[in-house]
Amino acid sequence: MNAEQPVLEITGLSISLPGGGDRKHAVEDVSFSVAPGEIVCVVGESGSGKSVTAFSVMGLLAKVLKPVAGSIRLEGEDLLSATPQRLRALRGDRMAMIFQEPMTALNPVLTIGDQIEEVLRIHTELGPEERRARVIDMMASMRLPDPERIHASYPHQISGGQRQRVMIAAALVLDPALLIADEPTTALDVTTQAQILKLIKELQGRRGTGVLFITHDFGVVAEIADRVVVMEQGRVVEQGPAEQVLKAPQHPYTRMLIAAVPSLKPALRQPMTGPMALETIGLGKTYRSGGLFQKQRSVVAASQVDIKLRRGETVGIVGESGSGKTTVARCVARLMPPSEGAILVPDIDIAMLPERRLRPYRRKIQVVFQDPFRSLNPRRTVGDSIIEGPVNFGLAPAQALERARGLMSLVGLQPQALDRYPHQFSGGQRQRIAIARALAMEPEILIADEAVSALDVSVQRQVLNLLADVQEKFNLAILFITHDLRVAAQICDRIVVMEKGVIVEQGPTGAVFSAPAHAYTKALIEAAPGKSFGL
Amino acid sequence: MLGYLLRRLLATIPVLVIVAVLVFLMLRLTPGDPAAIIAGDNATTQQIELIRNRLGLDQPILTQFGIWAGNLLQGNLGESFFFKKTIGELILGRIEPTLSLAFLTIVIAVSVAVPLGVLAAYRHGSWIDRIVMGFSVLGFSVPVFVIGYLLIYIFAISLGWFPVQGYQPLADGFGGFIQRLILPAITLSVIYIALIARMTRASVLEVLSEDYIRTARAKGQVERIILFRHALKNAAVPIVTVVGIGIALLIGGVVVTESVYAIPGLGRLTVDAVLARDYPTIQAVILLFSAVYVAINLAIDMAYMLFDPRIRY
Repeated sequence: MNAEQPVLEITGLSISLPGGGDRKHAVEDVSFSVAPGEIVCVVGESGSGKSVTAFSVMGLLAKVLKPVAGSIRLEGEDLLSATPQRLRALRGDRMAMIFQEPMTALNPVLTIGDQIEEVLRIHTELGPEERRARVIDMMASMRLPDPERIHASYPHQISGGQRQRVMIAAALVLDPALLIADEPTTALDVTTQAQILKLIKELQGRRGTGVLFITHDFGVVAEIADRVVVMEQGRVVEQGPAEQVLKAPQHPYTRMLIAAVPSLKPALRQPMTGPMALETIGLGKTYRSGGLFQKQRSVVAASQVDIKLRRGETVGIVGESGSGKTTVARCVARLMPPSEGAILVPDIDIAMLPERRLRPYRRKIQVVFQDPFRSLNPRRTVGDSIIEGPVNFGLAPAQALERARGLMSLVGLQPQALDRYPHQFSGGQRQRIAIARALAMEPEILIADEAVSALDVSVQRQVLNLLADVQEKFNLAILFITHDLRVAAQICDRIVVMEKGVIVEQGPTGAVFSAPAHAYTKALIEAAPGKSFGL
Repeated sequence: MLGYLLRRLLATIPVLVIVAVLVFLMLRLTPGDPAAIIAGDNATTQQIELIRNRLGLDQPILTQFGIWAGNLLQGNLGESFFFKKTIGELILGRIEPTLSLAFLTIVIAVSVAVPLGVLAAYRHGSWIDRIVMGFSVLGFSVPVFVIGYLLIYIFAISLGWFPVQGYQPLADGFGGFIQRLILPAITLSVIYIALIARMTRASVLEVLSEDYIRTARAKGQVERIILFRHALKNAAVPIVTVVGIGIALLIGGVVVTESVYAIPGLGRLTVDAVLARDYPTIQAVILLFSAVYVAINLAIDMAYMLFDPRIRY
């Protein structure tokens, strides 16, 4: 395959970081190539320089990042010395890119058809009729249902998976030689991810497109890659055929990354027999909108949810977006009132308690949220954030601070760091702070709402270990909300599978994974990427 | 959407009723007697009493209100105490200068401010950005009458390009119309240019960091189209809001400008009517202004839908 000229050839590329960063170069001496019809996965954690490399190929680097050495050749043509006009002519035509967030990558105020046709308007002389015909045709080959309707729709009117298909259609409509895909499935549900990966693979195979695929997920690598390039701290530490890198990784960093992927095989666990901490009976939530003059509309987000959670036990609620798992978590934490059912904690029903009477119970249930970048107030020191709750509940500030110091050591951070602000910490450290903040209230029940989903695998593993530690130490009941079956398999005692607002299956983790009873559970397990490699 | 429009229109009724009642009562509570002003300095008490009787001002306030409201419901705004005309005629005669001035002002403001704001956002941090923002601060800070007299001094007196004051109806020729209107319109537009440019810059700057702008670049789109097609339409909602508020303030603000430039519009009419305690005229003009405010607010909400398909009522 490599006898032909490579579609993309990067040689000795270095890109400087502006002063004040933690290292001099964003990427340093990076070399690899992509052959026609080949999928090359660039893998690494955040800060590894994988996205910077991709953007430098497109000529879309932020102005502060400057290539200082090496070359990037697209079909033999040097891109680093190309004029901005030439780069514009190549973008969208010979090289195209799709992005991580299909929700935000499409312009919300322009129609889908318009946005795909834009590529043809820029790069071809086709008339309106031809453009339209070609786009409709392309959309059909993306297996978008009812292309005519979607052509006239706006992005908010179609689903996330459909939007990513639209992005791919716009990227491939002119048959580029190179497709750069920057984490294109990370924001999607597993079943959607499986479909999109299949679609990309099929299309590039048929058209002979070379694909530069950026990902942090070795499961995805195992599904799609022909060759793998592993990056760490801006450098390529290992590259080779996918088989070889996955089965016999040479570099310790590669080995660590592969080992950090949680296994789908659940660990053996004893059933928990501790006292009941939480029980929901027939819990349901219906969103209603409309009012005096408008038509009433209601959406059932969750209904008939029965969950039991014991002290010391971790129960996982798994499901895809729209399954109602987050709604259940929010109701249990009483961040919003449920519409029906009971929440026993364990002797009193807090489902409908008015705020004033609910207050004493708020302490018992604490939440760790998904995005550690947004769940901490950027204008308050982490110390202030941690002691706020206990002080509200009457603890003297000096004592609260003492407790905060102890918690900081417990979660593996320096107690002196209490005076710092959230932006001075990394994502993993912030999530530790969020856990410390929750523990400061001395809760009995901890709700982790996708608490490790935004973290790199190596950091994810550390945070999961921390959760297991504090669970044992405080005999916590943990309600673990996640879309990631692998994580659920590793840490949950029991699993609750939700689909479209109802529980379709629940049971001990081992039983659910070895003998899934419901078709949806089977589909979820089936869609988990990287299974064939035994990851 | 039609239902929404209808609901909004119905909702304006109580607003206008409250305005009507408040204006009516406030005028009756302010000092100064219209009859005495009409009668002149040398009038006897009997003459004043006679005029008061003729104007109906000797009736109890409730009766006066009843008569006025009754006429209003039949579309009759009443008759001016002072100008001896029906108020309908009076307003009709004065509305062209005011509308022309407001319209020209907003056209100048938008066509200058929006490109400036977009440019400043695109080149943010550069000298262009700093100049635009500096001008903005200046535009906010300098009072309208200072700008007005400054422009008159430079362009009308020193250079002699435009007349100092006055108004010529559109019917008498477009050249003279625009020549007399341009200085007042520029004067008025300065503060709105400042306001709209700032809002445009902030709004576009935020949009420019969105992922879909990056997508447009990845397609090979040129910057001009990225700015004006992809970015500006997304940034439009706050800009439209400011423009709408601008129009509303503008119509209220013509009182000063029309006085400075001696333009016979609604602003001048308001001033004259207040000085003469011409109750029916004041009431009608204020009611008209409130109706315009309500209409502009409705128009802003409708415009949102034009720019953002996610907003549907």
